[in-house]
Formats: sequence, C-alpha cells, structure tokens
Amino acid sequence: MSTIILLLITGLGLGALYFLVASGLSLIYGLMGVLNFAHGSFLTLGAFAGWELARRLGGESWGTLIASMLLGMVVGALVAAATEFLLIRRLYNRHIEQVLVTVGLALATVALFEGIWGTDPIYVSAPAWLAQTTEILGARVPNDRFLLIGAAVLVLIGIVAFLRFTRFGLVIRAGVENRSMVTALGIDVRKAFTVVFAIGGAAAGLGGVLASHYFGYVSPQLGGSLLIFAFIVTVIGGLGSLAGAAIASVIVAILQQFANYFLGGTGDLMVVLLLAVVLLVRPTGILGKKA
Amino acid sequence: MKSLKNLSQRTWWIVGGAIVVVAALLPLLNISIPGVLPGATYTPGTLQLLALSLLFASLALSYHLLFGTAGMLSFGHALYFALGAYGLGIVLQQTELTLIPALGLTLAVIIVAAYLLGALSLRVTGISFAMVTLAFAQAGNVLVRRNPSLTGGEEGLRLNTEHIPDFFIGVINTRNLYWLALALLVVVFVVVAWFEHSRAGHAVAATRENELRVRVLGLRPFGVKLMAFVIASVLASLVGMVHLLLQSGTTPRATSADFTLTILVIVVLGGVGSRWGAIVGGIVYTLLDQRLTALAGSDAIDGLPAILRIPLSEPLFILGTLFILVVLFLPGGIAGAVQRLSSGTSATPLERKRLEEAE
Repeated sequence: MSTIILLLITGLGLGALYFLVASGLSLIYGLMGVLNFAHGSFLTLGAFAGWELARRLGGESWGTLIASMLLGMVVGALVAAATEFLLIRRLYNRHIEQVLVTVGLALATVALFEGIWGTDPIYVSAPAWLAQTTEILGARVPNDRFLLIGAAVLVLIGIVAFLRFTRFGLVIRAGVENRSMVTALGIDVRKAFTVVFAIGGAAAGLGGVLASHYFGYVSPQLGGSLLIFAFIVTVIGGLGSLAGAAIASVIVAILQQFANYFLGGTGDLMVVLLLAVVLLVRPTGILGKKA
Repeated sequence: MKSLKNLSQRTWWIVGGAIVVVAALLPLLNISIPGVLPGATYTPGTLQLLALSLLFASLALSYHLLFGTAGMLSFGHALYFALGAYGLGIVLQQTELTLIPALGLTLAVIIVAAYLLGALSLRVTGISFAMVTLAFAQAGNVLVRRNPSLTGGEEGLRLNTEHIPDFFIGVINTRNLYWLALALLVVVFVVVAWFEHSRAGHAVAATRENELRVRVLGLRPFGVKLMAFVIASVLASLVGMVHLLLQSGTTPRATSADFTLTILVIVVLGGVGSRWGAIVGGIVYTLLDQRLTALAGSDAIDGLPAILRIPLSEPLFILGTLFILVVLFLPGGIAGAVQRLSSGTSATPLERKRLEEAE
C-alpha cells in the first residue's frame, strides 16, 4: 500500500513538471498552430538562471528558492516573448517554417548552454526541508513532490483565471476557437501571440527551476528530455486543450511510475504505447477539437 | 543568362553522370582544397569524410522523398537509419551469416517494421504524424539504451568484422567504402527519381498539395503515402548499414531525436523539394560540421574573449543559427538560391509555395 501511495504522489509530482511544460506548448499550439521545439530551451534557461541566483545567495534558504523560482519565470517569459517577437512573427501563418525556426533555435541554444555551463550535470542545493520526507499512510514521500504539485496547481489556477477573467484571456480563448473571426472583428491577435508565448515561457522557466530540484541537478539536456514527454502529453491530451494537458500529464506520469516499478523499468515504452493506442482510438486526443 | 529550368531532362542526367564519374575518380587523384578538406583526396582521412558526406546526402535524399515529395513531416526518420545500422550490426554479431545474407535478413525485417509502423503512424496527419513518429523513434532510443547486452548500450555497437569481406576492412581500404557510399548515393538517387516520376509518385505529390481532391478523384492517398514511407525508410536503413561499415560501429546518437532534426536541417538547408538540393545540403552540412569542429579546437578561437569564444567553439550553435537564417531569409535553401541567381529574378514563389503546401 505504501508503495502505491509513494508511486502515486511521485507520479503526481512528475506530472506537475510535465504540465508546466505542456501547458505552454498546448496554449501556443492552440492559438498559433506552432509546435514549439524551443520550449525545452526556455525551461533549461530558467533552470540555469535559478541556479546562478541560488549560487550567489546561498541555496539553503527559502527566500532564495522563491527568488530563484520567480527569476526562472521572468527569464522564461522574456526569452519566450523575444522568440515570438523576433523569429516566429516574421513567418506569420507559415507553420512548417515556424516549426523549423524553433528547431534551429533549440539546436543552437542547447549548444550555447553547453558552451557556457559545460555538458556535465551541475548539482543544486535546496532548503533542507525539500530533501526530507513526510510520512503519508505509511509511505515516505520526498517533500519536493509537494512543492511541484503545489506550484503546478497554482499555475493551472493562474492560467485558467487569466483566460477567464481578463480581456487578453478572452481574446486568446476566442483566438483558439477561430482566429480569423477575431481578426475580422478588428482585434489585434498578434499581441495575444506574444502574451501566450510569455505565459508558456514563464511556466516552462518555473518548471525548469522545479525540475532542477526534482532531479537534483541542472544540465543543458534537461529541457530536451522533458520536452519529448511534454509533446506526448500534449498530443494525448488533445492539441490546444489546457485541461486535456493537465489530465494527460497526470495519466502519463503515473503510468510511467507504475510501469517503471512493476514492469521492470518499461515506463518510457508504456508511454509510447499509450500514445499509439490513444491515436488509434481517438486521433484528436482526450479533449482535442475535431481536426 | 540561360535559366537552369530551361535545360532539358537529358542534359541534367549527363551533368549528373559526369559528376559521378569525377567523384568516382577522386580516390585516384591528388587534389587538395585547403580549408574544405583535411588533406589530399587520396588520403584515407579525407576519403572517410567524403564518404560520410555522401552518406548524409543519401540520407537527406531519402528524407526528401518523405518530406519534400510526400509532404510528410516525420520526426522519426533516424529510427530507420538506426534500424539498418543496429540491425546489421546485431545480425553480424549474433549469427554466422556473411555480409550479403545478413544484409538481406536485416532488410526483410526492416521492410516489415517500416510497413507496420508506417501504417500505424499514417492514421494521423500533419503535426500529430510528426509526434507519433517522434514517439516511435524515442521508443527505439530507449530500447537501444536499455539492452546493452545486444546493442552495447551507451557505448555503442562495434562492428564484428569476422564475416565481412577483406576489401571493406582497414584504413587502407577506405576508398572501397567510399566507392560503396557513392554507389549507394547513385542507387538512392535513381530510386527516388524513379518513384517521383511513377504514377504512385505523382499521386503522392498530388496528395501533398490537396488530399481531399485526390480522394474526390477516387484515389486512395493512404496506399501511396505508405509506399513512399516504406521506400524512404528502407533507403534510410541502407544508408545506416553502409554507415555501420564505414564507421566500424554505431552509437545511440543514431537513434536520437537530434539526429532526425539534423536530417531535417540538411534537407531545409539544401532546399525542400529539390533532389539536388538534398544532395548538396548533405555534403555541405557534413563538411561544414567537420570544419567547424576543427575550427572550435584551433588556437585562433582559443585566444578570443569569452563572449566570442564560447559561441564559436560550438559547431551546433553556428549550424543552428545558420539554419534559422536560411529559413528566415533564404526560402528554398541552397537550391532555391541557385535557381534565383540563374534565372536572374528575386521572386521565390515556387519554393515558398512548396514549403507552404507541404503542410
């Protein structure tokens, strides 16, 4: 029983990470039809920014942790907005080329990070509480899982509230439904593009700082390895659906944890299998629009 | 100036044939191109690099069939390259078969695998297709890393030379491998050109332009798309097999998503939709990658201040940046630029249209 609880909560923690990456991917795809391969780099950069700050302030205090999370969000948001503004916008409505530009950006930035910070993982320090465990129904759960889950829930609530209660959110929701109609009504959707990229980048940057605490290290490859699972989550949840991304993150991560534990480390393969099954049965994903 | 387009089909084949003859003679000649090649053309090191660039050209051609002709954006093409390399390597290691039967056995398995995976992936189109192929390739990557007893794991698989003819073994025989790579490129080129000019090729190109219309005409896009997928995959696996022989082994990098992205970069760099572009892209990319790596380790770079040294010492950073610039400012890649220069116009409607409609 305690094993199952532990696997469930660890799965939720990993799912929270996936969600932080996939939420941005899904929003961006939903509004702009762009599959953002550079999203992993936003995450990695956020993680490195957080680590650099923690290194200077001393990583053991809570203040530093919160400051590094905020810095990760800001850096992710700025870089993402700049990417949209400088690269994506120039290729308006040419989706394949937009994807290609993000591919190039991903390759170039990972190489740049390797040049700056080296290829080896760098271990991070965190407040002592995060390294301890809490006992829940007999399972000893590492505390960083709770931080991840809490952050992801806050991000989910934040994005939903933003989409529901602000004017930008209204434009974005309408744009996801029917972009040409929104443009025809005289609203400049392009501002919404930048905002969506910034939100996605902020979530990814926060995800980067949290991922560095979940895995215990930062490396230039951090973003890329999470990105592939975030893609799978996005497709399973339905491209463009935030709720779908949230549900799929949890399903994928928990399946991965259970398969890794009970089926001899086959978690990654089971996730791919799940993707194949979902696409065969329901090609649009769990909550996706009709293609 | 006469437009390249006005040259007849036959002239092109003659020019191509002449280039192949010159390429075939290279190992017998003593030509040095400082800054491009590491040494004279008869030296094994240079031949190794040239053979590698020919292999990348073949691989790019096979991807051109998938992406340029059929309009299928696959993120899992590396899987079939890796299946060829690892498949042949494992068969040679685990069985007593000699090269040719081993090759045939691997090929048979790969055709079945490509057929099954292709049929499954082609249930979806567009971005979802890209994601499914990426996921399958990722599964391949996991399988290779998790089974070190069979694949050598992270260390990579070393070629078992016991059953390989002597003329493919050793540094001195690099030129035989070079000729093999050249022959493969010719074969791949002919197969791709033949497919593009066949009825199935026309049908698949029409599907790329407008799938609904092809359906309305009473054709079934699925069959021809699957055919293009299987042919491209088999060609990629052949390249993988020769790559295994050339490099005397293979590494898990061949299965990675990065490797597929590299192929995509090559095809876009050369020019989407152009066979010649894919070949030139493959050769330019390999030479550039090798030269940039040499540059990164040179003293000239070491002496620069950090802000210049760090980006310049990362070949992938330069290639990635170059790629972004090509996509932004040079639609149609190298082939498109050559065509524009030769026809003397700055308009690029053809390439732009092709890229847009490849979606």
